[in-house]
Amino acid sequence: MVASRGNNSNPARIPALGLRVLALIIISIVLMYLDHRENHLDGIRQGIGAAVYPIQLVVDAPVRLWNWLGESTTSRNQLELDLGRLRAERLLTNARLQRLSALEAENARLRALLEARSTVRDEVRVAEIMAVDANPYEHNLIIDIGSRDGVYDGQAIVDVNGVVGQVIRTGVMTAQAVLISDADHALPVEVNRNGLRTIAVGTGEIDRLDLPFLPNNADVRAGDLLVTSGLGGAFPSGYPVAVVNSVTRIPQEPFADVTATPAAALDQVREVMLIWSAPPPVVEEPDE
Amino acid sequence: MNRDHGSRRLPVIITFIVGLMLTVMPLTESVEPFRPDWLALVVIFWAMQLPRTWSVGSAWFIGIVLDASYGTLLGQHALALCVIAFATVRFHLLMRVFPLSQLSATIFALLALYQFILFWINGVAGVSAPTMTYWAPVITGTLIWPFLFLFLSGVRYGSRSGG
Repeated sequence: MVASRGNNSNPARIPALGLRVLALIIISIVLMYLDHRENHLDGIRQGIGAAVYPIQLVVDAPVRLWNWLGESTTSRNQLELDLGRLRAERLLTNARLQRLSALEAENARLRALLEARSTVRDEVRVAEIMAVDANPYEHNLIIDIGSRDGVYDGQAIVDVNGVVGQVIRTGVMTAQAVLISDADHALPVEVNRNGLRTIAVGTGEIDRLDLPFLPNNADVRAGDLLVTSGLGGAFPSGYPVAVVNSVTRIPQEPFADVTATPAAALDQVREVMLIWSAPPPVVEEPDE
Repeated sequence: MNRDHGSRRLPVIITFIVGLMLTVMPLTESVEPFRPDWLALVVIFWAMQLPRTWSVGSAWFIGIVLDASYGTLLGQHALALCVIAFATVRFHLLMRVFPLSQLSATIFALLALYQFILFWINGVAGVSAPTMTYWAPVITGTLIWPFLFLFLSGVRYGSRSGG
């Protein structure tokens, strides 16, 4: 019926359309299978990723331009204010840093006394987040350095306040990272106050983490700081993750209902730090 | 028509690139779930208007690019886009003469099919089930279609009418 109508120069039948669709569907399924089962396609993915890179740059450009404009048109007054604030901050930070280096030295000495492996300082590099949304149904971000700069899968990402996430896919010039708030992400943490270990699981909400495996009698209260325990092998230990927000103990349930607020401003960060930690002492990484 | 094919490739490719940009452009957390599937809409438009040049093959290629930039399974969006392009090409003559109400219903069905294929592949691959807002792009896509249609028609006929 459709075919018989025939537009002026556009015969309705496209030759072998069904065949082509079938072929493409089969190719897609094979590709997906290969991609899902084994990671044979990382090369192809990286290739296409590199081809898309200019588009990401162009999308990112207006945001960058806007920021740049904002910065270059700030009034002198504002700049002076900022400068004053930053000077004060620097003074404070420096003072704290002095104490920190003393503490670090003391810590190393004590560790040496205990004959424990001394913690090596982690190497850190700053990366910028590209204003690009990756998959909308996951909490992802894309950063502007990739395998060319030594980024690797599973690498930890932090910002000035705490843990942001970890790298899941490394391109040549960019890398994709999953945020700790992603519903499929979990990381081993401990309560800073007493060393109680547990797992912080993402909820899919940007400002909430769940701690589903704390028994009702666990010593945890609102306001407790959670830091990475370093047990999973992916994150170095001691970085702040979240602050416990509420603890609800339901008598008939085996586990308490504990939620926490991520320490890092996950939806506001613009610059993040990638951590190259010293390789952990042979730890078999458990499946997440 | 021959004259058309060569000279009109570039504008179409540009619309695809712009579509990809809109797809990866950052939006605030509250608006983001409602982002229409720009590329699906653009693919439907061109498959409807110029089905000989832009049909399943180009749709599949665009899907692969989308997969690579989303980090989804390679072939997932490709499969979905390819299927809706096929449906569009099959019914393109019908869709061209549809009044707006029926065309909107068709677009709605196509977008729902697109989301459903993605949803289904996610399910098979074991990606955790999304919330209800997963289906929001189907509605926003349908609502935005008339405007996109006018705009892309402008792209298509723009140079011919000397504009």
